[in-house]
Amino acid sequence: MIAQLDKKQLVQAYSTMRRIRDFEERVHLEFATGEIPGFVHLYAGEEASATGVIMHLRKGDYVASTHRGHGHCIAKGMNLLTMMAEIYGKKPGICGGKGGSMHVADLDLGMMGANGIVGGGGPLICGAALAAKIKKTDNVAVCFFGDGGSNQGTILESLNLAAVWQLPAIFVAENNGYAESTSSRWSVATGNIADRGAAFGMPSAIVDGHDFFAVYEAAGEAVKRARDGGGPSLIEVKVNRYFGHFEGDQQTYRGPDEVKNLRETKDCLLLFRKKVTSQGELTDEELDQIDEEVKREVDDAVDFAKGAPKPEASDLLTDVYVAYA
Amino acid sequence: MTRKISFKQAINEAIAQEMGRDETVIAMGEDNVGGMGGTGELDAWGGVLGVTKGLYGKYGDRIMDTPISESAFIGAAIGAAACGLRPVAELMFVDFMGVCFDQIFNQAAKFRYMFGGKAVTPVVIRTMIGAGFRAAAQHSQCLYSIFTHIPGLKCVVPSSPYDAKGLLIQSIRDNDPVIFFEHKLLYGLEGEVPEESYAIPFGEANVVREGDDVTIVAIGRMVHVAQQAADELAKEGIQAEVVDLRTTSPLDEDTILESVANTGRLVVIDESYPRCNLATDIAALVGQKAFGDLKAPVTMVSAPHTPVPFSDALEDLYIPNPARVKSVTKEVLEYAK
Repeated sequence: MIAQLDKKQLVQAYSTMRRIRDFEERVHLEFATGEIPGFVHLYAGEEASATGVIMHLRKGDYVASTHRGHGHCIAKGMNLLTMMAEIYGKKPGICGGKGGSMHVADLDLGMMGANGIVGGGGPLICGAALAAKIKKTDNVAVCFFGDGGSNQGTILESLNLAAVWQLPAIFVAENNGYAESTSSRWSVATGNIADRGAAFGMPSAIVDGHDFFAVYEAAGEAVKRARDGGGPSLIEVKVNRYFGHFEGDQQTYRGPDEVKNLRETKDCLLLFRKKVTSQGELTDEELDQIDEEVKREVDDAVDFAKGAPKPEASDLLTDVYVAYA
Repeated sequence: MTRKISFKQAINEAIAQEMGRDETVIAMGEDNVGGMGGTGELDAWGGVLGVTKGLYGKYGDRIMDTPISESAFIGAAIGAAACGLRPVAELMFVDFMGVCFDQIFNQAAKFRYMFGGKAVTPVVIRTMIGAGFRAAAQHSQCLYSIFTHIPGLKCVVPSSPYDAKGLLIQSIRDNDPVIFFEHKLLYGLEGEVPEESYAIPFGEANVVREGDDVTIVAIGRMVHVAQQAADELAKEGIQAEVVDLRTTSPLDEDTILESVANTGRLVVIDESYPRCNLATDIAALVGQKAFGDLKAPVTMVSAPHTPVPFSDALEDLYIPNPARVKSVTKEVLEYAK
């Protein structure tokens, strides 16, 4: 046991992080071939955040994500085949090829979508949390947003509304250091996004987003508080992304060795492996086996997506309304 | 049983009856209860003009006050709708759409399409429109054309207490996002309204006056302006047909085209700004689909291309009125090819 996690949970945590990493590394490679259309924003490097938070959630709990949303979707249990097909714009995609990377969603899983609008998820998650409160379920709702989103009025308004209505909501600021190309050291006036929690009378915490266990622990407290009727919380996850803002970004705003150093010293998968093997919870062989299984899952997803048909012309006009006279 | 109540009471009754029928219906907005957190009475205001007054006593926590924070609570209503509730949110004046429009047109309107037909977002956003209240440029606009432009939204502009109740009940039961535009000068208007619950389907225009000489299409408060003009024209032996569209999205194209096929002449009255508005939309429709029926050019009566002025001397000039409609309609009738 580490941080009250048994072996099965540790395997789940590692598998989820590995699944996100492989999915994203593979999308990076496939995007370069030109086969994936549109704008793609990759989550590699931030896996401990999505995994550490969402492992506390149930199927009926809600998540609103960002334009960098693949990790949250995978952690919430989205099917890799239909998710990859969506990113390729194919008909069997989870959204029928009409959403793509920036709008991938599965409401049946409580996954309210990646979102093309920075800060767009805050108000929506207030609504999801309100629905849970009115219906008297003990479900909770999580809003992921970035350092860029932290400066949007929608997020600041949502923090206030969630506090005023005492909603079962958790706001997770994933501060990956850059809003597009602009450093959060410059753009976030307070330095720490979590400092803003006090302004709304909200419990807040700062965690090292490379350390799965740190995220898991902080999120556990916040989710429990929300489920028990204790109202909203704010968590700032200090983390880094390995790829550019979008695929094709040359990242000239980052120092030459920044990502290389991060991969060598701060990688959440390496840190996790070191911790669980040194404490004898899991062996290198067991983890290697997970790596192999995940590699096959991602291979299958890419094969499925590449082989899937595109939407048909008749799909253009459907699904705008439930009914339109 | 039918009795006379006001437009405002009809809206209140529609919300109350739907909240009683379906416990997933909630209502929220700035001062919708009023008095929250104060030292005086709760349910102090019942909305800024008292439309939701009394609902708090009946439904308690299902009618909610919000901070002045439209992005957050309009978005919350949309999020709650996607998670199984039927929220009726009040955006006090449509002029305030500027601070929350993203949640409406990029989130609510697009969920169903972006998510491959799996999302259902039964939210109603009630909002006040219209000039004539001496409320100046930021509290008087008729911005329904902007919402009508957006696929995924439905737009309702009632003109009478009867329609307000029936169309609002339909809006609440509808499974798509609906924007419900209430002209603030109509709140006091009284009319026959059944006590029992009833829904008026969307996309069905109402021919409020029949006539063979000219078709006048209008919406919201302009339906009354059209009727007054038609009364005056009748004194001169001109029979105008007045079509109340009721909803701008969906649009009842058939009723417009059938009426124009009969009269051969069309005047469209629209209180909104003249460019890319409802009148230009209907003119284009008739130009494309009924060109052969026309005996005269389609004529539009709109506000000028200016913000809404404050002074009554200017505002009264700004809003289309029966005299202007009458004079324009007579020009249409006198047109000779």
